[in-house]
Amino acid sequence: MTASASIAAIDEPEFDDPDVSGSRGRAAGGKALIWATSVLFAGVLIVQILYAAGAIEFGFANWRPVLYAYALWGIGLGVGQVMARGEAGLRALFVLPATLFTLAVAIFPTLFGFYIASLDWNLAATGGPHFNNFNNFVQMFHDSYYWNALVNMVFYVAMVLVEYAIAFGLALLLNAEIRARKFFRVAFLIPFMLSPVAVSWMIGKSLMEYRFGPLARLARDLGWQTPAFFAYPWTARFTIEALDAWMWIPFMVILLLAGLQAMSKEVLEAAKVDGATPWQAFWKVTFPLMLPVSITTLLIRIIFKLKLADIVITVTGGGPGGATDTISSFIYRVYADRSNVGYGTALAMFYLVLIILFLTLLLRVAKRFTRNVI
Amino acid sequence: MAIAAELDEPFAQADRSQTTKIVLARVLIYGALIIWAIVCLFPIYWTITTAFKSAIDVTHGHLVPWFDYVPNWKGWRSIGLSPDTIFEISTPRHEFISRFENSVFAAIGSSLLALVLGSCAAYGLSRFTYKFGPMKNDDILFFFISQLILPPVVLALPFLVLYKELALLDTRIGLIFVYTLTVLPIVIWIMRDQFNTIPVELDEAALVDGLSIWGVFFRIILPITLPGMVAAFILSLVLTWNEYFFAALLTATDAKTLPVMVASQTGSQGINWWSMAALSAAAIAPLVIVGIFLERYIVKGLSTGAVK
Repeated sequence: MTASASIAAIDEPEFDDPDVSGSRGRAAGGKALIWATSVLFAGVLIVQILYAAGAIEFGFANWRPVLYAYALWGIGLGVGQVMARGEAGLRALFVLPATLFTLAVAIFPTLFGFYIASLDWNLAATGGPHFNNFNNFVQMFHDSYYWNALVNMVFYVAMVLVEYAIAFGLALLLNAEIRARKFFRVAFLIPFMLSPVAVSWMIGKSLMEYRFGPLARLARDLGWQTPAFFAYPWTARFTIEALDAWMWIPFMVILLLAGLQAMSKEVLEAAKVDGATPWQAFWKVTFPLMLPVSITTLLIRIIFKLKLADIVITVTGGGPGGATDTISSFIYRVYADRSNVGYGTALAMFYLVLIILFLTLLLRVAKRFTRNVI
Repeated sequence: MAIAAELDEPFAQADRSQTTKIVLARVLIYGALIIWAIVCLFPIYWTITTAFKSAIDVTHGHLVPWFDYVPNWKGWRSIGLSPDTIFEISTPRHEFISRFENSVFAAIGSSLLALVLGSCAAYGLSRFTYKFGPMKNDDILFFFISQLILPPVVLALPFLVLYKELALLDTRIGLIFVYTLTVLPIVIWIMRDQFNTIPVELDEAALVDGLSIWGVFFRIILPITLPGMVAAFILSLVLTWNEYFFAALLTATDAKTLPVMVASQTGSQGINWWSMAALSAAAIAPLVIVGIFLERYIVKGLSTGAVK
């Protein structure tokens, strides 16, 4: 303890020691580098904006140089930090690349999206973008298909609870004393590995095919004479949900199984000694202890459920009559049909706001739940 | 045995009913496990066998090869991957392979980029204290992880417009950027958990030995967390290989990925089942193999972070 402390004490001056004037010069150089690259980036950006606006004659053919300038600015910022701030700069270098990347690829496009959302911008038309007084949002409130898709999302998200129940059951089974556990674990994982698009064909379009699909045959044998899985709104909705559940239950099983395995065996043993039936042991011991893991699992699952799009687009295209539409698939269709970026983005941005509100609320509730348990 | 014989009659009866209960429980457990295993595996079995069927086998609902139908290479021939066409020039195969390549580049490129960016950020957040305006470590972490909730649909159209201006539309590098973004939060989440399990004393000892903080990171910490990195990488690979939404909007001809190709084939009416099955089987094969052999890493990747 004292040894390390004394080493640190010796270390301390060593950092600043190698002639003070040199490190000061390096610091000034670092600041200069940051300034120079910032000016370069700003310069390229302004030139290109002016050129795009038609104010000046010279500029670049596309915006790619702005991207390069941004990358250069990022490098300048990193190197400059290290030169100007030494050790602290080296530390900052760990988070700097990821931050700059996220700013450029997530934050900027999102903000840009809010801007596009206020425009009437048809990519197919030659007119280009023009501001339309937030008409997109007015139009959105009258778009019954959009609200219908939102209601569908409520259904899909609610069904996460059913998926959770099934996944919990499967996790308990896998956690029991069984043979060939490895085989079952791999088998249960496989659906998670498959591409939703391939699954749409494999299950949605061939296993469930009305005439020859094995599932349709099975349904006929079980007494459903017209096994048209995607013909009626509710059957279609449930079938899409089943497909999505099939792919995502493995994910929940893995998380819950990990939780079960991390649980201490003694508590369950104690419950058994006290004469609890398995049913009681589950509800009084396992389930409450699993609540934190369960909530994390449910939250992540809901986040991914809110992105549901691929199978809807490829299997039903939102049909029949929008019955299976999710927000994402609906916007995809809006864009594919009308190539109106402005309106589609407006819908997406409104959805983003709803998601953030919903998840914030959910996190609050989840926190209260976990606090009560522990 | 001797003890059992000494027991009173009602006791033995209770014992017997106990055994039947246990046997019944076993049967139920294995029954449920087997049923779910069939639910998971049958679609894959169906796809692979259908790839070797002809029309009549499909319409008659034949299921077991050699037993109720004779397998043939028709489906694989249609995408140029059957034994007799594999060495000949085939346009469908050429297209398939170029899509496959695009998928490989996009998935591996973005997973690597996310791993590099994410590991550095996660290590920094796990070891040092940052202050960026009002944001402290936890806020910065939340800033990264909260990107997970961004649905693709929110970014898709802005990206379409931006990429058009940046001349990145329909390029692999463009796809790599988007995919990196979608998996970066997951990588940071997993890796921070990995770094947190390593005691800080190890870093301090290495610093005392004269390594710089980046030296510590590369030479001491990274080798220890290699399994965690592999887990994060494979999980990213799964998510990016299967991605469809962005690829469908942002690529057209050059950088089109495998899922887009599969989807465009399903869309057309009257497509042959056997060729579709062969295409699907080829598209899912890499990840099914990954799933079988690297299951451990996927489980590890998914369960760190979520389970404390």
